[in-house]
Amino acid sequence: MTGEQIVFLVVALFTLGSGFMVVTTRNLVHAALWLVSTLFGVAVTYAVLDAAFLAVVQVVVYIGAIAILFIFAVMLTRKDVRDQGPQMNKNWWFGALLAVMTFGGLYFLLQGWSGLSKTAAAIPAGFDAVAELGNELVSPAAYVLPFEVASVLLVAALVGAVYVAFNPRSGK
Amino acid sequence: MSFWNDPLKVAADWLLGVFTGWGMPEMAANILIGFLGVLLLITVLMVLDIFLVWIERKVVARFQDRLGPNRVGPFGLIQPFADIIKLIIKEDTTPGGADKVVYNIAPMLSMMSVLILWAIVPLAPTILGVDLNIGALYLIAAGAIGTLSIIMAGWSSNNKFALIGAFRQVAVMVSFEVPMLTMLLIPTIFAGSMGMSTIIEKQDVWYVFLAPLAAVIFLIAAIAELGRAPFDMAEGESELVSGFNIEYSGMKFGMFYAGELLHAFTFGGFLAILFFGGYRFFGLEQVSPFLAIAVIVFKAFIGYWIIMWVKYTLLRIRIDHMLAFNWKFLTPLAFSLLMVVALMNALLANAPIWLYISGMFLSNVAVAWAALEIARSVSRREREKVEGPKQVVEVGH
Repeated sequence: MTGEQIVFLVVALFTLGSGFMVVTTRNLVHAALWLVSTLFGVAVTYAVLDAAFLAVVQVVVYIGAIAILFIFAVMLTRKDVRDQGPQMNKNWWFGALLAVMTFGGLYFLLQGWSGLSKTAAAIPAGFDAVAELGNELVSPAAYVLPFEVASVLLVAALVGAVYVAFNPRSGK
Repeated sequence: MSFWNDPLKVAADWLLGVFTGWGMPEMAANILIGFLGVLLLITVLMVLDIFLVWIERKVVARFQDRLGPNRVGPFGLIQPFADIIKLIIKEDTTPGGADKVVYNIAPMLSMMSVLILWAIVPLAPTILGVDLNIGALYLIAAGAIGTLSIIMAGWSSNNKFALIGAFRQVAVMVSFEVPMLTMLLIPTIFAGSMGMSTIIEKQDVWYVFLAPLAAVIFLIAAIAELGRAPFDMAEGESELVSGFNIEYSGMKFGMFYAGELLHAFTFGGFLAILFFGGYRFFGLEQVSPFLAIAVIVFKAFIGYWIIMWVKYTLLRIRIDHMLAFNWKFLTPLAFSLLMVVALMNALLANAPIWLYISGMFLSNVAVAWAALEIARSVSRREREKVEGPKQVVEVGH
């Protein structure tokens, strides 16, 4: 077993364990904090895959903004952060079935895939992944259209949020 | 390659020889050497941190026309050690109803969010933790962990003052991250890379001369990120007693305090790296890496001193004014400055260097002037709405 595999296994176990705690803990703030550790595990996975840019963006966006927003929402809207009700509803068997089928389907699909047993090619020296990614995002031959559509979506969300919050009568 | 030219590499090679001589596999030896390097850096930083307490107290004393610590040791130099002994032997209290695990993790995360920043600080051309090509983003990511530690501390203490302090501080940190990230993009545009080493190497002319406004906005956003006066809403002694860290005692409080001081020094260092040439000073860095370290530490201390100067001079700003200042003034200004700089950079790409520098400088001055004019006319209109039009009273005749 190589060092990389050991790191991957540890990180994967950490991520899955935190993800399990997110859905089983009864304290909502703890659930949000476990979510932070799950997202951090995903960031480490990106770093192991040599995708440093994605790893850091994961931390900035998901931990720095989204998780903090979750914690804020929980703290501001709930007087008691412990969840009282039952943790399962009567559809639990359907959810479990879907999960098992998804896992089985993925397992079946990936069995015939030769990429699993290969080792990744080494990144050539002087390869600047960030510059490459930036060029791809703005070049017409690659992803400029999805990139622009995503930014239009974000602007629309921003305008919508301002419109919802804006009260025309008080003018504030 | 002698020790004086590249001390880290020589030391690492020597250690590698020793460890493999003991029969350790090379990979394990390399990992161990990496850990030793991290340990060395953190030890140096923590020892520096001890003296930052002394420096901070001496400087605030001078600002307030006092003497500061002067009883223990020469110039009171041993005072911080006395403080540390006091902090360590204090009773370690946990408030009733506190969330124990979260309560104990928060001070560690707070200190960690500062220490990990030093991984990307190049102290000399050859002495740096790692040359990440996304250094600027890494800076913001570490700040995100600091934000998390504050909200964890505030919530887990089970104290409403702590929670209010944490809410305020997080609101400030999340908002001021926007202009800060935008200003990090300006050295990135000039250098063509987000890596701290490249940004320093490309600074034949300090970026503060190319973009003085960007340096000022970065400094303001950095002070807000630090939660120091005039942005010290989190602690707000007159309103919240001590804010998010009110329930912490002994060394756990010490972690927050030391973290804040080191954070201020670190942002002084980043100001030096991004806008004041980092370890470069008229070729001094070529002579010896130790001189380069001296240069960057000196520059970082100047940045730290400016942050202290602001802290001990200005009063606290009200939270709504602070957020309005960020969202209605600083953020639009940062975005327009970024656009202007990017445009000028494209227009002047092939221009001679003196034209490039003066064009950048003048466009910065123009943006700053326009922003101040707009702010002035808006505030005049607001004032007239409240007070009515200004009456010119003629006197004399």
